[in-house]
Parts: sequence; C-alpha cells; structure tokens
Amino acid sequence: MSAVAPVDREHGLYLLGQMVLVRRFEEKCVELYSASKIRGFMHLSIGEEAVAVGTMQALEPDDAIVATYREHGHALVRGVSAGAIMAEMYGKVEGCSRGRGGSMHLFDAATHFYGGNAIVGGGLPLAVGLALADKLTGRERVTACFFGDGAVAEGEFHECMNLAALWNLPVLFCCENNLYAMGTAIERYESETDLALKAASYEMTAWSVDGMDVLAVEQAAHKAATEVRGGGRPCFLELRTYRFRAHSMYDPDLYRTKEEIERFKQHDPIPALIEQLRAAALLTDEDIERLERDAAERIEAAIEFAEAGTLEPVEDLERFVYYEPAHAEGPTE
Amino acid sequence: MSVTPTNTITYREAMREAIREALLADERVFLMGEDVGAYGGCFGVSKGLLEEFGPDRIRDTPLSESAFVGAGIGAAMGGMHPIVEVMTVNFCLLALDQIMNNAATITHMSGGQFAIPVVIRMTTGAGRQVAAQHSHSLEGWLAHIPGLKLLAPATLADARGMLGPALEDPNPVLIFEHGSLYNLEGELPVDGGAVEIEHAAIRRPGTDVTLVAYGGTLPTAMTAADELAAAGIDAEVIDLRVLRPLDDAAVIASVSRTHRAVIVDEAWRSGSLAAEVSARIMEQAFYELDAPVARVCSAEVPMPYPRHLEQAALPQPGTVVAEVHRMMGAVDDG
Repeated sequence: MSAVAPVDREHGLYLLGQMVLVRRFEEKCVELYSASKIRGFMHLSIGEEAVAVGTMQALEPDDAIVATYREHGHALVRGVSAGAIMAEMYGKVEGCSRGRGGSMHLFDAATHFYGGNAIVGGGLPLAVGLALADKLTGRERVTACFFGDGAVAEGEFHECMNLAALWNLPVLFCCENNLYAMGTAIERYESETDLALKAASYEMTAWSVDGMDVLAVEQAAHKAATEVRGGGRPCFLELRTYRFRAHSMYDPDLYRTKEEIERFKQHDPIPALIEQLRAAALLTDEDIERLERDAAERIEAAIEFAEAGTLEPVEDLERFVYYEPAHAEGPTE
Repeated sequence: MSVTPTNTITYREAMREAIREALLADERVFLMGEDVGAYGGCFGVSKGLLEEFGPDRIRDTPLSESAFVGAGIGAAMGGMHPIVEVMTVNFCLLALDQIMNNAATITHMSGGQFAIPVVIRMTTGAGRQVAAQHSHSLEGWLAHIPGLKLLAPATLADARGMLGPALEDPNPVLIFEHGSLYNLEGELPVDGGAVEIEHAAIRRPGTDVTLVAYGGTLPTAMTAADELAAAGIDAEVIDLRVLRPLDDAAVIASVSRTHRAVIVDEAWRSGSLAAEVSARIMEQAFYELDAPVARVCSAEVPMPYPRHLEQAALPQPGTVVAEVHRMMGAVDDG
C-alpha cells in the first residue's frame, strides 16, 4: 500500500477520472482497430495509466513534453483534445498532426507536446535540445521526457544523460519501466537492471517509484519537477509499471506467462486508487458511475469528431515536407 | 569605373566570418560541436570565437554526435537557430537517426506544426591522405532525404554568404565544406554578405559541353575546362551549390545549349548524386543530347591511404578532359 498521504476528494476524483478516461479510451482504440478504423502500429498503455496521470500533475502549462509511441494517454492527460487524437488515428485532417502521424506521432504545439517519437531513445536528444533552448533564453520551464526501459540500452540514452547533467539542463527524464523491451525481458538485455543507479552514475538525482500507484507517482514527480525547476538540473525518475496488454496490436504476447500478467493485474492502478479513496471515505459508487459516464461521453464525442473528419486531398500529398509559415501560424490572434 | 573594396580571405576565414556575423546578428544563434571552442575547430574554422562569444554560445560538446545533433534539432524546435558542427560527414553517420528520423520528418509528421531552423555543418571529401574513415563524400545519401536542404559552398562568396540564409530558413539545412577548400584564398568584397541558396550557378560559360560539379569537384571541373579550352573545346561549368532540392532548370538549360554533359562527383558512382543528375538530364533533355551523359566519380573502393592510390581513386581534371574528348570524338566519328 502506498505510504503517500491521502488526497482531498476533488483531486482524488480528478486523478481517478483521468485514469479511467485513458483506460476506456485505449479500450475503445482496440475496438476501432479491430473495426479497421485505426491502422498501422498502435501501442496501448492499459495498466500504465498512473504514469502519465501522475507525472503530468507536476507539469505547468508552459512545460514541454517529449513522449514515445505509447503516448495516447500522455496526450490526453496533457490536454490535447480527445477528438484531435482520435481523428489523428483515423488519419483525418482534423487530427492533432493533421493525420500525417497516426497513433505513434501525436504532436500539439499548443500544449507543447513535442511528439510521439517512435525510434526508441530518439526523443531524448530533442528533450535535451528543448531544455538547452530554455536555458539559453532564460525560460524557467521543465522538459519532461518519457521513454521506456528499452531505451536505456540505446547509446542515445547515455549520451543524453551525460549531456543533460554536464550542461545542467532542466530535463525531467521519466523512464517508464514496464520490464520489457518489446518482447525481451529486462534481465535478458540489461547487465544492470537498477535503472536509477545507471542515471545516478551521471551525477543526476535519480530515484525509483511504484508506477502503479498514481499518488506515489504524483508525489515523486512533484519532487523531481521542483528540483529540476529550481536547480536547473536534470532529474531521473524510474516509474516501475507494467502493461497488461501486448506490446502492440501485432504482438501475440508469447514471451511472458498469463500468471505473470495476472499477478501484475492485482496491482492495477485504477482499483488501487478506488480502494484508497474508499478507505478514506472520499469516494462513492455514484462518483465512479459519473466518472465512467463522463469518460464514455468524451470518447463517444471524440469518435463522432473523427468520423466526421475529412481526408486530406491527395493533391496535398507533398505538403509539409518543408515548413509552411503561413499554415503553422494560422489565423492571427 | 568604381572599384569595390576587397579583402584577401581564405575559405576557412570566410566561414568564420559568416558564423561571427550570424552570432552578432541574432541572439538565437549559437555554435556547438566537437572542439569548436577551446581547440578552435578541428579545421580551425571557429578559432577565436570562444574568446569573443563565450562558452554559452560556442559550446564544446562531448563525442556524442547523436545527442548534440539531436539537441540542435530540439533547440531549433525550442526557438533557437543553432549551428551544429560535425567534424566530418563520416561522423554524421552516428547522428543519422536524428537527422533522418527527427530533423527531416517532424515538420511533416506533425502536420506542419514545427519549424526546425537548424544548420548542420560538416567537412566532407578526400585528398588529405586520411584514409577510409575520414574521406568520403556521403552527400548523396543525405540528398536522398525529403525535408532536408543541402548546400555545398565551393567558392569564397558561398562560404561567406550561404550560412546566413541557411539559418533564416525554417528547415534543417546541411552545409558540406570540402576539406581541400579551406585553404582556398582569394578576394572577397569587404561588404560581401548573403547569397541566394536556391540555384545552381554557371562558373564558366561555354558552348560545347556542360561540366556539372559541386563542392570539391568544382576546382577539378574548372581546371579541366581550362585544359579543354587550350584544345579548342569550350566547356561550361555548372556549380550545383544546392544538392537538395536540385536546381534541375539550370542544368537542363545548360545541356540544352551544349548538348553534352559530364558530371564530376567525388562520391562513388553507384547510387550517387551524379546518377541522380544524369537521370534528370535523361528525363528532361534526352532529345537535346548529342552523346550519352558521362560521369567522372571516385573509384568504388574505401579511400586508400597512400597518396598515389588516393589520387588514382579521385576524379582528376585529366580524367574529365579525357572523357570530354572521348565524347566529342564519338560524335565526330558518328
């Protein structure tokens, strides 16, 4: 059980509502994928909701986010509209990346959401660069960089840990350790499986947190973000989590046992928070029903938005290879 | 007749002046790369800049090409206009993920939301006996990639004038500086500044054959043209300048006048820029040709160390001259 102090009712319900939204959104994505509405590679964060929901609480509206290809939840919690995310997966012009990116490449300049990067480790240098720009211009913001445990085996991880620490850059490295690099278990690809220890070797404050406990994640993220913001130094947070579903829609999930998955489902972050809130008498059955209803309504509205969206004319195929200032700036404010 | 005041300047100094001017003109500009600061640049380009601008704007990096090239891309997305120096094109392979998967794609992949005004400079080319890991011309590989712009300054004016507009461009621009050009010396107008970065240039007008060159092969083509002139053949020399997007119109217009083309490219022939230019001439000016397009490229070996073998591997003026004679002879015989 979490040692974290209980939250007030309103915030507890908010966190629960966000996790329920992400869970139901992802479940709906499975249906839509099966119905061929969504295609390509799609990676779900079912089981990992506490990571995105908890960490985002520590970020300010001006902070920057670099995420991975498993980023629907991060985008939703950050405030990218569910409709724009769904339309993106439908490949529609109304999508947050104009339909050009798909599930793995959600971008949103308005919320400083710098993508959905689908090269493992490829987002880390971008985060370092965004933080460098902030440092050079005197902007006091945090760049939160999400990546999986698999990225720790990439050279880019080590290059970026070193560079961020060496240059005192305000990056919050959020390592989502779900124990598998696609289908390879961490003990089968890492000589040292204590990932925070690796980060600490770069002279960086680093610690691990139970990524299935949203309150613990939130508290750790606040602590880390405060340190990054105040000290202008990078921090590393290992979020120990687990995905309940396969790596992607293509994955037959043959590399782990059903027993192992069931064991981790006992730590499902949503029932865990419900239990905590109930124990503190902060939650009623009606609350849960309402949160479920709100999530369902938002998701239905998102699907309607995506269904009603338009496909980019083929004549526009070669647009955006180079930057179009007039398009990006949009209507003047 | 008014005389424009000029300075004697080297290609290296022209590059340095361009960087210096960019740093003075725009606070968003900074330079980073391996040994650009305390060492003064591996090829001496940034000598003195650390002292003038300080370590925030002249940033020595660890030997982490992927991290610092990617950081340049990220900083550009964050509103800066970074100049990233990679020691040689061979080393840029360590950063290819960032160049290809981020710099070249994010504008498109985000539906046009993000500009990436980063400039990545690197040395390219052979001729200094530095063997098979420091000598290659891999511009053609990078020219394959949509979303990038590639420049190859081959003259003092371009060394001085291309960087400014490249930094103003909202897209990632790669600048290839041929190592053999750094000591090139000549006169430049004192107020010499920005040049356009969209078109090829005619470096020597002629009527009998078009020699297409860029970067380090421009001097080769110019020397060949001089030798050909002595033999009564009037060669036109086109300097591509911009390797992506290619200025087809300039090449096609020249070939339409001369009806013959030899492409001089220091890269390997297979899958090269020379192959691309050749294909475009075939596609767009086939019926203008009096002879098949010819190519003078490097021998298809990793660059050897001994001078005689290196020189044998590289395009030489004599090879270009011989190719033109063969081409003209073939027509005469026909």
